[in-house]
Amino acid sequence: MEVHLRVQRFHPQVDAEPHWQEYRVEVPEHATVLDALLAARDEQDETLTLRCSCRSHICGSCVMKVNGTSCLGCKTKVSHARKRLAAGEPIRVAPAGNLPVVKDLAVDLEVFFGKVKAIEPYLQPDGPPPEREYLVPNEAMLTVREAMACILCGCCVSECNSLEVEPRFLGPAALAKAWRFTEDPRDAADRHRLEFVSAPGGIWDCTHCFACVEVCPKDVKPMERILELRRRAMEAGFTDNNGARHSQAFADTIAESGWLDETRVLSRSLRGLPELLEWAPVGMRALLRGKMPLRHRRLSGAKQIRAIFAAAQRRSGEPPREHAPGR
Amino acid sequence: MVVRHDVLVVGAGLAGMRAALAAQAAGADVAIISKVYPVRSHSNAAQGGINAALAPDDSWESHAYDTVKGSDYLGDQDAIEILAREAPQAILELEHMGVVFNRDEEGRLGSRNFGGASHARTYFVGDFTGQAILHVLYEQLVHSGIRAYNEYFCTELLRDADGAVSGVTAFDMRSGEVSAFSAGAVVLCTGGMGRVFEPSTNALICTGDGTALAYRAGTALMDMEMVQFHPTTLKSNGALISESARGEGGYLLNRDGERFMRTTAPNAMELASRDVVSRAAQVEINEGRGVDGCVLLDVRHLGAAKIMERLPQIRELALEFAGADMIDAPVPVLPGMHYEMGGIRTDVQGATPLAGLYAAGECACVSVHGGNRLGANSLLETVVFGRRAGEAAAAFARSRPAQPAPESSRADAERALRALVARGGHERSAKLRLEMGQVMTRRVGVFRDDAGLREAERTLVGLRERYADVEIQDKGTLFNQALVAALELDFMLDLARCVVAGALARTESRGAHTRVDHPRRDDATWLKHTLCLATPDGPRVDTAPVSITRWQPQERKY
Repeated sequence: MEVHLRVQRFHPQVDAEPHWQEYRVEVPEHATVLDALLAARDEQDETLTLRCSCRSHICGSCVMKVNGTSCLGCKTKVSHARKRLAAGEPIRVAPAGNLPVVKDLAVDLEVFFGKVKAIEPYLQPDGPPPEREYLVPNEAMLTVREAMACILCGCCVSECNSLEVEPRFLGPAALAKAWRFTEDPRDAADRHRLEFVSAPGGIWDCTHCFACVEVCPKDVKPMERILELRRRAMEAGFTDNNGARHSQAFADTIAESGWLDETRVLSRSLRGLPELLEWAPVGMRALLRGKMPLRHRRLSGAKQIRAIFAAAQRRSGEPPREHAPGR
Repeated sequence: MVVRHDVLVVGAGLAGMRAALAAQAAGADVAIISKVYPVRSHSNAAQGGINAALAPDDSWESHAYDTVKGSDYLGDQDAIEILAREAPQAILELEHMGVVFNRDEEGRLGSRNFGGASHARTYFVGDFTGQAILHVLYEQLVHSGIRAYNEYFCTELLRDADGAVSGVTAFDMRSGEVSAFSAGAVVLCTGGMGRVFEPSTNALICTGDGTALAYRAGTALMDMEMVQFHPTTLKSNGALISESARGEGGYLLNRDGERFMRTTAPNAMELASRDVVSRAAQVEINEGRGVDGCVLLDVRHLGAAKIMERLPQIRELALEFAGADMIDAPVPVLPGMHYEMGGIRTDVQGATPLAGLYAAGECACVSVHGGNRLGANSLLETVVFGRRAGEAAAAFARSRPAQPAPESSRADAERALRALVARGGHERSAKLRLEMGQVMTRRVGVFRDDAGLREAERTLVGLRERYADVEIQDKGTLFNQALVAALELDFMLDLARCVVAGALARTESRGAHTRVDHPRRDDATWLKHTLCLATPDGPRVDTAPVSITRWQPQERKY
């Protein structure tokens, strides 16, 4: 079948800015977008630059955006990529997002791998290893495996909405790797790890938009790992930060009055005068638009909402709210 | 840039990272240089597992014997004994580093059955064992602080005045900058050369670079005709369906729904060694008992739960590229090029006859696989012999510190690359690569004969001539992948000649090498290795004896 591609090109020594180039190639029915790009490169234009290797979504080289969504080119079938396009409309291929472009579809991975390295991505056991293997339940290994399935391709990083506004954010891939160690019974550095990811640029920078979960080619669900890290960090007592305070204040006001008390959430999330002053303009605007009422009334159905909280806590095996300050 | 390290490891897959860690532990200043980031290496693709006689009712002797038998007695038994003896410790080391191996009910390492093995001694992480180990070794590499030069392409081995290997020339693929890396010892761990064939289960990066570098430097390549065809690959794109599908109990069926392995290997059935199963499958296909050029792999009877826990990745691959959900339907598969048993000849320390040059992993031939590699022995080889090569290289480098490479070697390499990029021509490397791969698959596949091999040889000679007329379209220095593709093709054209030369010379059928014009194993003449040495007219074939310690050759029955 013939495939019509529209590929974003950029050569920093030649081009002032990126431009689009079209290719028409002949590929078999089962072809992936990567197959089509390789046909374009091999048969028409050797200057087209892209990373790829395994062709079976295990090496993680070919992260790119196809029709605006991050994916592995080798896991995206041409037939699938064409589904939502109008007749005659080309498949759009662009480099991964949130990473600087080196040339065409190849992006700079140094920052990406730098963040992976920052989380101390290696087992830190307590003392020397046993003579034989560590004795650990298979279930624990199966759980850790969910994150070991990560191939560090960067699809999640490419799609991450938080990274777009906060480049210092460690990002979903690195944090999923951090989770992998906190979940491993053989690792003894939990507190150290949880403290590190609780710092600015860590777990509290995620806006839980689900984008990473949707695009992950290995079903690692990075956002769920981040939420789990938050819960564990708070349990471990790492609550003295904006994120943890915000989360706590949020839950507290809803449990108490049935709905969000923006004023209290904002004031309890922030610490110290400088932070309050920094956020004052936002607060003023919210106040003027009626988003931050000075008087907060309890909802008439607040009692039922408290019952929901209680039921949820019973189900998760947690103690009731009243007896669990700091949660 | 001129760089100096005690030990320079080329390639950052399992063997390379294990070698680098071992060399560092032995006190050397180590650097690792790779044309891809470490986690992109092809060790990723090993699915099934890693072998070791760890269970109380198993023994290293049994593991070694299975390996010797699997190799069709061409494996060197001194090396195989080391492989089997050191396997348990190698796996425990990986476990201690953090590999998330599957466990049994007591929380101990759990194993599965694999082809050609008399015990369930394959330890595994689902069906992505290679990836799980590769990423953990990468974690250890990060921890070690070993300097990694990622996305560098090596063009040549440097030699000192005494002829010893003293480093490499390489260029930074991103910037195009050419550098000389000098080292007291160089360890080649550049993996396989599957792209010599088309199709292949191998990744696009598997172009045998290190094997070709060693060959050009004058060291021998051993048993290059021993190419493994994996019995179960997908027709559409050559992707691998792991042996773990059969290890977990999957069947191979012909058009009539018969388990055709019953006639060839009545005891081991689908879990006979790979050469045996591939030949049987190819016979079914050739004699018209296949389905659309394939046989069928059926795991439906295992049930959805087991398939999802133990074979999730291959189910996904079959779904994507064959349109078959293994839970409900058999998948059409056929034998496909998978692994090169041959390679750079080394001793059991990973040393080549060239002083200062070491090799380990698929690019090397120590030889533990002989004529046919058993599944899950390749991961094991990388860590056992990667470690040994790293230690030996560190010891050698202590006795001979790195001398700074002369600037002229760097400048020469740069000039050669510039000339290659600048030259005009009428051929494209992608086209030549495809022609090479197709003739190799057609004439140097599961079944071979003299006439076909000679045809392949003529084609390769013609391709070498046409290579001189290849033009690289990209004339820049920045991330010039067209240049890399041309250099890789240059390497592979040399290696393809060696595969054919070995196959022509070996007038018998042994392991994966089946000559229809010489259908019997001939121990009297050919219980020996073939060696290929570079000459201006192509490879010259020599032979070397096989090391036999305790297992005399017998007829193989599965």
